[in-house]
Amino acid sequence: MDSLANKRLAKTNYTEFLNKYGMLIILVLLFVALSLKIDGFASVRNVLSILEQVSMFGIIAIGVTFAIVTGGIDLSGGSIVALASVVGASIVTGSEGYGMTIFAFGAALFVGSVCGLINGSITAYGRIPPFIATLGMMTMARGMAQLFSDGRPVDASSDAFTSIGDGTVFGIPGLVIIYVLVAVVCHVMMSRMTFGRHVFAIGGNVKTARICGVNVEITLVKVYVLAGALAGLAGAMLASRAYAGNPTFGNMWELDAIAAAVIGGTSLAGGVGSVGMCIVGALIIGVMNKGLNMMGVDPYWQQIIKGMIIISAVLLDAQKRKKA
Amino acid sequence: MTNSDSILEMINVSKTFPGVKALDQVNLTIRKGSIHALMGENGAGKSTLMKILYGLYTPDEGGEILFDGQPFTPKVPIDAIRTGLAMVPQEISPSGNLSVAANFFLGRELRKGFLMDHQAMNKETAKVLDELGIPMKVETLMQDVSVAKAQLLAIATAVSYDAKLIIMDEPTTALTESEVQQLYKIVRKVQERGISIIYISHKLGEVFELSDEVSVIRDGEYIGTKQTSDITKEELINMMVGREMDEMFERERVEIGETLLEVNNLSLPGKFEDISFDVKKGEVFGIAGLVGAGRSEVVEAIFGYKAAQSGDIYLHGKRVEIYKPMDAIKQRIGFVTEDRKLTGLMLNMSVTDNMIMPELGPYIQSGLISDELASHVAEDMKKQLRIKTPTVDTIIDNLSGGNQQKVLIARWLLLEPEVLILDEPTKGIDVGAKAEIYKLIVELARLGKAIIIVSSEMLELLSLSDRIMVMAEGREIGIVDREQATQEVILEMAAGGEVPSEQTIDTSDLRIEGVA
Repeated sequence: MDSLANKRLAKTNYTEFLNKYGMLIILVLLFVALSLKIDGFASVRNVLSILEQVSMFGIIAIGVTFAIVTGGIDLSGGSIVALASVVGASIVTGSEGYGMTIFAFGAALFVGSVCGLINGSITAYGRIPPFIATLGMMTMARGMAQLFSDGRPVDASSDAFTSIGDGTVFGIPGLVIIYVLVAVVCHVMMSRMTFGRHVFAIGGNVKTARICGVNVEITLVKVYVLAGALAGLAGAMLASRAYAGNPTFGNMWELDAIAAAVIGGTSLAGGVGSVGMCIVGALIIGVMNKGLNMMGVDPYWQQIIKGMIIISAVLLDAQKRKKA
Repeated sequence: MTNSDSILEMINVSKTFPGVKALDQVNLTIRKGSIHALMGENGAGKSTLMKILYGLYTPDEGGEILFDGQPFTPKVPIDAIRTGLAMVPQEISPSGNLSVAANFFLGRELRKGFLMDHQAMNKETAKVLDELGIPMKVETLMQDVSVAKAQLLAIATAVSYDAKLIIMDEPTTALTESEVQQLYKIVRKVQERGISIIYISHKLGEVFELSDEVSVIRDGEYIGTKQTSDITKEELINMMVGREMDEMFERERVEIGETLLEVNNLSLPGKFEDISFDVKKGEVFGIAGLVGAGRSEVVEAIFGYKAAQSGDIYLHGKRVEIYKPMDAIKQRIGFVTEDRKLTGLMLNMSVTDNMIMPELGPYIQSGLISDELASHVAEDMKKQLRIKTPTVDTIIDNLSGGNQQKVLIARWLLLEPEVLILDEPTKGIDVGAKAEIYKLIVELARLGKAIIIVSSEMLELLSLSDRIMVMAEGREIGIVDREQATQEVILEMAAGGEVPSEQTIDTSDLRIEGVA
């Protein structure tokens, strides 16, 4: 009887371990395999380039993770990137110095936050499913970006502004540093602060959360404001990297972000997820993209492979839940 | 053994679930063409019995079921329906966006070629409804039809399947008095067609009004069958209750202090009306009543989960405003809800997280939640309540029901509550855990907490409570002291409110809903 219980416990530990670190193992295996196959894949330059590409949609993915953990979703990230990029670019264009740069980043964050505020309010107080609310915002933010820029790219040539996207600190690209900072702050928020604990409670059981005195509505609004703000930040980062804002930026990024969260093990049913695993998910996508590119795989095929990986991750999640 | 007189014979039917014997050697015979009432307290095994007949559960080996003299082993509901056994569930869930006729023919639509033959279905539905005297337009959308009418339609549907036996599971739970009378009329019409009926009910009045025979199940055991005309109300209650008083445990009594919580004229229309009571320090206050009497709704209102519309709540003689759970938590009121899964647990979170959620403040050190401190406190609670879990970081889904319940009680103990509300605190947990929870409740009373217990387990209420309030149909029937409270008294109060007072049926009331 006791040994049976122990065995069951051991099995639980084993599956728990796989649930927790399975994707990390896959990331490492993927990286090693590609390094063996492709010359120079494991070089510092290549790794930094992967990180840089991951940083922007990876930041959106962190916001999306919060939304998914509450049992919701955010589809508006990619469009907010476009809107924030043209707003940010229009502020810095032709300017000098860091003052305007900070103002541009601030404006991008603000624009994203307002979009998120609308998403969150409609979801929490209007009781509209977040899928629909953020789907509407996805279309609207894209439209606003087009309107604001007349459908044309907006020049962002300001040395200070573009130095964020171009520059490095001790050899590490600026965008990667921003990604790491955001990740650390969000990780602490999610795992160590009341707000984060309430996010999990809502996703775990919204009725229980209410009974435990959680202000469900305000917490949801905060989640979508955060997701919007992070997408706005990603928009400013992209503009500084591309020397321009563009209303076509960020197309389909929301899907990459959702994919990163889901591959990282965030359960679409809510209540399960972490910033760390969301980064792992984003890195898997980044490493795969780069690897497939360097191997010269047809881009059409790349999409097919990516789609299959997303579906596999969700299947795995469904499987896990069935066992529980 | 076989009796050509009977439509259904169950011989030594048992059903065991892991750890629980839900049915123990039940024998039940239903005569052809009779209305057979089936009674028993909540959890007596009525539902299990019916689910076996409907092919939802497989009974244990060794028993036998004969339907119309033939062995009867339904694997899925459609087997039962094809053999001639239909069920009208307690809660009807029709497709609201479809018409009455479409619901009537759901799953067996009439067709003309590839297309549905709406005309034929409407005609056929109207014919059956007319024969049974159910006034309902077949083209009305189901969402515009009242609950009572939906119930009648379900009966008509069962009849149209050429059922020989129809099981009705507490059909009057959601009906008003005049609707009940209409239902009786239809049920008798069904009987006139030679169809037998098993009528599950809690309500004594109903059973005496309608049934030819009555059987009682208690704690999964078959107690007996009587001709309804041969039995008195008191005898029937005795059959249902059955237990000797010495099976109740004698709890230690603690000193009862001043009034702590006072509830005045609390009302939420449609749920409960005019509820007033008080609970003193150190007192265990029970709330009894049948399912649907409004007990849970009253305590949910006190906690602010579904706030009352009018009435006042006083704590220490001071009026408090409670509109949402946070308000109650601030007043140090704890609430262990009735449904662990639905409103209690966060299943994919840890034991610790489940415990600390109502109040994270005490675990915050320099702005951040200290998981170490939280685990430490949870560990203390684990020891104190003897919660069996590998660690406090274990996901709560992996714990047994009794241990999950202890975690939920711990959740509110951490709040150091003055008032603790427990709604069905021992539902679905094993005997050992039950005893521990009882002990804990007494201990909390000793500490001067005011405790409110809602329970459908009569023994539990009688053993624990200092006073018991009995509710029926959202009304407060009365409050009885421990000395006067017996199962008979409470059952009669809980069911007594129901005896149909008017025997005449006013047909002018049979309007058709949903017609503009």
